[in-house]
Amino acid sequence: MHKEATIREPLVLGHKTYHQVTEDVCKPIEGKAPRTWYILFSIAAIIGVYGIGCILYLLGTGIGAWGLNKTINWAWDITNFVWWVGIGHAGTLISAVLLLFRQKWRMAINRSAEAMTIFAVFMAGLFPLIHMGRIWVAYWVMPLPNQFGSLWPNFNSPLLWDVFAISTYLSVSLVFWYIGLIPDFATIRDRAKKPVAKKIYSMLSFGWSGRAKQWSRFEMVSLVLAGLATPLVFSVHSIVSFDFATSIIPGWHTTIFPPYFVAGAVFSGFAMVQTLMLVMRKAYKLEAYIHTKHIEYMNIVIMATGSIVGTAYITELFISWYSGVEYESYAFINRATGPYWWAYATMMTCNVLSPQLMWFKKLRTSLTFTFIIAIVVNIGMWFERFVIIATTLHRDYLPSSWSMFYPTHIDIGIFVGTIGLFFVFFLLFTRYFPVLALNEVKTILKSSGQSYKDGTAKTPAFSIEEQHLADVKMKSSATAKAKTKSTPVQDTPAIDPKLVALVGMLGVVETDHKDDLTELTGLDSAIETKLNEIGIYTFAQIARIDAASDLGLLTVYISAAASQADLLAWKIEAEEKLKNDNN
Amino acid sequence: MGSNVVFYAMYNDDDVLKDGAKKLVAKGVKVADVFSPFPIHGLDPIIGLKETRLGIMAFLYGLTGLALALIGMRYIMITDWPMNIGGKPNFSFLENFLAFVPITFELTVLFAAHAMAITYFLANKTIPGMPAENPDPRTTDDHFVMELRLSDNSKFSEKELEEMLMETGIVELDQKHIQ
Repeated sequence: MHKEATIREPLVLGHKTYHQVTEDVCKPIEGKAPRTWYILFSIAAIIGVYGIGCILYLLGTGIGAWGLNKTINWAWDITNFVWWVGIGHAGTLISAVLLLFRQKWRMAINRSAEAMTIFAVFMAGLFPLIHMGRIWVAYWVMPLPNQFGSLWPNFNSPLLWDVFAISTYLSVSLVFWYIGLIPDFATIRDRAKKPVAKKIYSMLSFGWSGRAKQWSRFEMVSLVLAGLATPLVFSVHSIVSFDFATSIIPGWHTTIFPPYFVAGAVFSGFAMVQTLMLVMRKAYKLEAYIHTKHIEYMNIVIMATGSIVGTAYITELFISWYSGVEYESYAFINRATGPYWWAYATMMTCNVLSPQLMWFKKLRTSLTFTFIIAIVVNIGMWFERFVIIATTLHRDYLPSSWSMFYPTHIDIGIFVGTIGLFFVFFLLFTRYFPVLALNEVKTILKSSGQSYKDGTAKTPAFSIEEQHLADVKMKSSATAKAKTKSTPVQDTPAIDPKLVALVGMLGVVETDHKDDLTELTGLDSAIETKLNEIGIYTFAQIARIDAASDLGLLTVYISAAASQADLLAWKIEAEEKLKNDNN
Repeated sequence: MGSNVVFYAMYNDDDVLKDGAKKLVAKGVKVADVFSPFPIHGLDPIIGLKETRLGIMAFLYGLTGLALALIGMRYIMITDWPMNIGGKPNFSFLENFLAFVPITFELTVLFAAHAMAITYFLANKTIPGMPAENPDPRTTDDHFVMELRLSDNSKFSEKELEEMLMETGIVELDQKHIQ
């Protein structure tokens, strides 16, 4: 079993049992959605529908509806594409890279972070598709035999690599996410009371039964998929950066791009995770699972990747001067001091300065501060892509064709629309899906749960020996308590005092309330008389027998007539009977 | 004859189940299966489960993807329609290979991941519409069930098995007679 040093902060706060973990995660799905959910969903849906409207208008009219011109032929579209792909990276990093590094804190956030990844990559994929203009021939990017004498797509082009990288990334993330979801869907299925919900969750859970062999395969698949997803996530943003780095445009043509883009992607992705998690943990009352320590860990990642990004910015500046290439240095001088200086300044402040504040423990453990920084970083990273794309293009080799970029309302509508759509998806996810990886959190409960770490948790016990010890203790203390109370019912004094105490614990009943105990299978009248002698008259008393501690004593008393298993069976049957009577 | 007894012993703690399984196996009992809400680490060797070979399968699927990518790139970009890009050599696969690394990598991952996932679903018999087989709905929440079959343990009687199970700290015992 996974062991953890006691000085490490617990990952699950308070005392949680396995059942409570299930309850905490499943309750919001099973209950009615709060009013705020409907309000947020409506807002997101309206914005999303507006975005779809803008996309349809663009498809009907043509790319001219964007503010592009012949100098700036890539602007918000590709900025948004790179921004969304970047955001997607955090989910895979959390669920795959941190899995390989055995970072247990990822378990509280991986499910929702990965959902975020998938929805963000949906949004990202939209931009190249609509940028094609004629979206109905989008399948031409695939190497399919065609009527042009089988003219293949150009496999030397980074844009085609992008097609393969993004689609592989999306589909692999989806599969990885879904495989993890199946056991949790099974939990919801087994709890579901409404027939429709039960039917839907049975379909979604693929008939998962939780057999030992299934779990063994599950762990292997998770590990191998994590191993595959780790280089995949690095390759995806490297390839996105090749879209720029393999060109010969000054300001794009730099070898530092792949690592710098990957670090930037993780940076922006974690900022988005923070933004979502801070709200979600409050709304779904998951503060015990996603607490300050988790937020702090993520802030440290933001700080580290933010520093890499900052170093990359400065390296770029240095190299542009050191290379001695005039065009290269002008591209950077123009970024910082040209007409788009404000975009550059925003990028520098948001991405280089703001994460450095996370060095202060007080700041990185403050939730409000984290939320603000997360938003700031999201904005900063959007500007980074805008600076790289639009301000590099706006002054090309020919000064007569220099121009500026002004977004049209379609540009803005589509960008804002994708944010709306993203939240539509994410809100639906939090409403119908288990937002916490139930099965994973349960595996760390004993090693990282607060009450288990400080030793205050009693049940479930750690080992069978300990449980028996606890039972013995419980029994003796129960006996002592009952003795001092001196139960007055017993009319046959020859009975073992322990038994008297036991029956006292089961509850004292008058003889005239007695049930016909022989209704229980295999309980004959001889045993009934014996039970009556010590004061057990009703099903309720039998149902109250404690399987762990009382069974032995009673078996000794009844002796040859019945075994422990019989008693246990009667107890369960009595419980059933009582349940049925109550209904 | 023909009839078989299946015991479903329910525990409320994974470690109790594991200790119980250890004791039973030491006495020569064969545990048929365990149903649990999460993977119990270290249980597989106790109940005699072999390590899954899915990892090896994934490697083979990855090799398939790799081979397909190499053959595809060679056919598409070299044999069938060499593209003239700035006069760079377009007739040699080796000299062009660097440009095909990203696609080759992506296809390797694509094949390994998806084929492995499909194998996983088939091997686990988890396919949409399959009925769940866990004996109790609580086994996906906070209970753990150990399944024993009388037919696997012919040297013990029904009663002996029952008594041995009772000593392992169970919370419930369910017996089913199946034909």
